[in-house]
Amino acid sequence: MSFFYLVAFLSVIFSLMTIFTKNPVHSVLYLVITFFTFTVHYIMLNAQFLAVVNFIVYMGAIMVLFLFVLMLLNLNKDTEPMKSPLVKVMGAIAGMCLLATFLGAFRALEQSDVLIKPHENIGLVENLGKVLFGEFLLPFELSSILLLTAMVGAVLLAKHEKGVKKQHG
Amino acid sequence: MDNFITNLQGVPLQHYLIFCSTIFAIGVVGVLTRRNVIIIMMSIELMLNSVNLLLAAFSAHHGDAAGQVFVFFIMALAAAEVAVGLAIVIMVYRNTKSLDIDSLTKLRL
Repeated sequence: MSFFYLVAFLSVIFSLMTIFTKNPVHSVLYLVITFFTFTVHYIMLNAQFLAVVNFIVYMGAIMVLFLFVLMLLNLNKDTEPMKSPLVKVMGAIAGMCLLATFLGAFRALEQSDVLIKPHENIGLVENLGKVLFGEFLLPFELSSILLLTAMVGAVLLAKHEKGVKKQHG
Repeated sequence: MDNFITNLQGVPLQHYLIFCSTIFAIGVVGVLTRRNVIIIMMSIELMLNSVNLLLAAFSAHHGDAAGQVFVFFIMALAAAEVAVGLAIVIMVYRNTKSLDIDSLTKLRL
């Protein structure tokens, strides 16, 4: 039980560091660690398929994509001009207000001391596959179309157009 | 050993709610305070992930697999979003030579 609180604490710490680190590359690396702690959470919830997918897709693919783009853009110098302190303080206050609203809403909920007892085999690949290809077959096929569209769009957007004159050399 | 496992997993749902909303709020603060486009997108990923974890927790709580299938769809959507978003970032960087979000205030080249 205390293990959850340890991992949750680590997630919060590393996500805070993701946001407040100056260097974008360090930021990406902290985000990878945060996602790793999320994977541990999934394992504790006995959602094994989600844990593996989170590990492979998020940490393996998406974060590497971020890192790759960062290195591609060649940001050696600290190019990010920080926002004015006023805007930063206002942003932090707004975020804390959101959190306070959430917590107040949760207090209004009835306090249930029901512990989460993960189901034996709900997160296994076999069970999830049956649900995915039975009940959720249409959304599954639609998501394949979504991915195809995104791929075509990304290639079209990032491709160097020959006809367009470059503005800044 | 069984006792240890049940001890490990017995966390009230309330605590999952508090934890996930904390992560979500951190993501919101990141979007509001940073200017680098890539870090803003990373904060959005953070928010998506907190919601994913909460869906998985509710799914385990109710014993219903639909929540985990939803998480799967959200992951597919996040992958598509990141691909298109990073392509747009590369295109903007090619035109303006900066990753500052304020450089997008004038969309005209």
